[in-house]
Amino acid sequence: MIRFSKYIWLYILISALVILPGIYSLFRWGLRPSIDFTGGTVLAVKLEKTPAHEVLERIAKENSIDLVEIQKNSTTEVTFRIKPTSEEVIDDFQKSLQTESGTLVVLRKDMVGPVIGSELLYKAIVASILVVIAILSYVAYAFKSFKYGVSAVASLVHDMLIMFCSFSLLGHFFGVEVDTLFVTAFLTTMSFSVHDTIVIFDRIREYRRKDTRTHLTNLSDIALTETIGRSLVNSFTIIFMLLSLVLMGGETVRWFAMALLIGTITGTYSSPFVATPVLLLLDRWEKKK
Amino acid sequence: MRTSRYCSKDIVWDIIINMRNNPKRLFIFLLILTLFVGLIDLPEKFIISIPWKGKTIQKEINPPQLNIQIGSFKIQKKFSTHLGLDLAGGIHVALDANMKDIPEGSRMDALDSARQVIERRVNFFGVSEPLVQQVKSGDTYRVIVELPGVTDIEEALSLIGQTAKLEFRELMENQESTQAAFLFPTEENTKSVDLSGKDLKKATLTFNSNNGEPEVAIDFTPDGGKKFAEITKRLIGKPLAIFLDDTPLMWPTVKTEITDGSGVISGGFTQDQAKRLTLQLNAGALPVPVTVVEKRIVGATLGADSVSKSVRAGLIGLGIVALFMILKYGWLGLFADLALFVYGLLTLALYRIIPITLTLPGIAGFILSIGMAVDANILIFERFKEELRKGKPWQIAMELGFGKAWDSIRDANFTTIITSLILYNPGNWDFLPSSGLVRGFAATLFIGVVVSLFTGIIVTRTFIRVLYRGPKGVKKT
Repeated sequence: MIRFSKYIWLYILISALVILPGIYSLFRWGLRPSIDFTGGTVLAVKLEKTPAHEVLERIAKENSIDLVEIQKNSTTEVTFRIKPTSEEVIDDFQKSLQTESGTLVVLRKDMVGPVIGSELLYKAIVASILVVIAILSYVAYAFKSFKYGVSAVASLVHDMLIMFCSFSLLGHFFGVEVDTLFVTAFLTTMSFSVHDTIVIFDRIREYRRKDTRTHLTNLSDIALTETIGRSLVNSFTIIFMLLSLVLMGGETVRWFAMALLIGTITGTYSSPFVATPVLLLLDRWEKKK
Repeated sequence: MRTSRYCSKDIVWDIIINMRNNPKRLFIFLLILTLFVGLIDLPEKFIISIPWKGKTIQKEINPPQLNIQIGSFKIQKKFSTHLGLDLAGGIHVALDANMKDIPEGSRMDALDSARQVIERRVNFFGVSEPLVQQVKSGDTYRVIVELPGVTDIEEALSLIGQTAKLEFRELMENQESTQAAFLFPTEENTKSVDLSGKDLKKATLTFNSNNGEPEVAIDFTPDGGKKFAEITKRLIGKPLAIFLDDTPLMWPTVKTEITDGSGVISGGFTQDQAKRLTLQLNAGALPVPVTVVEKRIVGATLGADSVSKSVRAGLIGLGIVALFMILKYGWLGLFADLALFVYGLLTLALYRIIPITLTLPGIAGFILSIGMAVDANILIFERFKEELRKGKPWQIAMELGFGKAWDSIRDANFTTIITSLILYNPGNWDFLPSSGLVRGFAATLFIGVVVSLFTGIIVTRTFIRVLYRGPKGVKKT
């Protein structure tokens, strides 16, 4: 048996190592919302010869394009992020680009009105709240105990923080955006995380029924020792799949897979190292009263 | 404790217990099922070449098609993979209809006519499998257009965005003398009379009280009525052409001055024609200016590139998972891999049968659910090992492993199923996302979880019961 409960300070330290810089980043730089939420245009084009950055900026300025960012993906591919504007303006801009560089192939052109953007944000939030409520009621139903419920929620909040923090950092350093797919990955993570927690709590409860005298700390150590192998193996299969997607998958799906990957890792970590310690702390606090 | 778990009240569990009585029959059934879904999964337009006596025999492989006819009952189904916009390339446009000037009650009608007009225009462009759909959410009225496989769309787009334009035009002076030759009004030989769709309040389908012929009654706005009266007074005995989208629709001859701001268009319509004209007129008449609020264009190359990369990544990931299972669990791992193979075939077949439109996140959902499909087996095998350590004979330990793991597996998948349902938004509720990308992901995740429950438990178990000969070093009982 491994005495997991002895190292609670270590778990707090590990989580803090990610969360503290993440929270700093969240407050300092925030998240980078994609045009899904802000509205605007993303125009990705393949040009015969790519003009210099300054030239591209000049062309944009001449067409009264309000640029957010120009990103060169390769020697021939450029992505423009543009603030909400009319279709005609974009079309004119495209034409000017074409005259400047010869042939032009539109790889992607996403135009989202500001209305749709805020609507999507609203819907994403509603969906998130619904999922969290559904998961919570399931935990409440499955365990019929306040202690277990709160611990499960604590690990949920932990995972939520980790995901937002890491995407704030990724956004700042790699320009990764938060879009509808991120919300999807986020919600999937929630259900993952709770699932793992349930498996562990299930074990603890199983032993508690057989043995009412042993301290919860010991029981949880036994339960964790028995389930940790399973949890790791489980998560590894999912992590293998996602890692291959992140490293080798297509451009469009990369950050989505990354979000799922981070979610899976934190979801696996939080069940034994956040939910269970919180359960123990709650138990001790309850006994002291 | 053990027995109470074993006799769980779960219906699913009961079924599984019943099936164990005849694992061989189930095994054969599963083999047939695998063959059947394998057939549906055959690649499309895949050409195989077999060298044969110096010649090569070429054969194109296609998934089978269903063509059943019993009396008037017809089933026709082609099993092919539907690719979403992000994979096939194409455009997605959301048009916001401005209903400010439309009375509350007739807004849905207006939206419907707008949709029909747009659909007509899209069909005119000859796009295969276009999607034109009306969406009302709260106070917004929208038409969503998706045109897969279309890349050069600027023209199509500008056409979609227009409001149906209804216009009344009179024949130009110099043409009047040759009125007999006047058969087909064009924009060149007519001029506007400054009466257009904006002046029309509403068009309705009516029937002539004398001969019961379908007609289209039009009502003008007060202003329009005044203008109409002036025009009809001026043009008695002359044709007044009605143009829809710059093409002449009809050119009736004015018989009398019309002062009550309404008129009837008749002329040997069938009911369908009259109905369509009503719709067209309403679309043109009801000023539902539409504005593009969302437009997404995906070049086909980007999609294709992403697909091939993602599929390759998925296959590599799958290979690693399969290898991992064999290394960790030996023969049992191999059985789990076989079940995984059945899982893959079954899911793909379901995508084609339902059909599910595959998007990139959808593929991610599929890959993710492969990881979860192995999950169930890992839970079972770990429990099995535990029971084995307690000294139970392996057959019993195996059955116990399946029994004990079921609770965790059920709980584990339950939350995922709920999440996928909320994301899919089957009720099309206003307050939830209904974006195609999210839906694609939710649909594949849902199917993945359900199918993995089947293959992870029933298929693996049957394989083990029929083929497994026990772990090394453990005595047979």
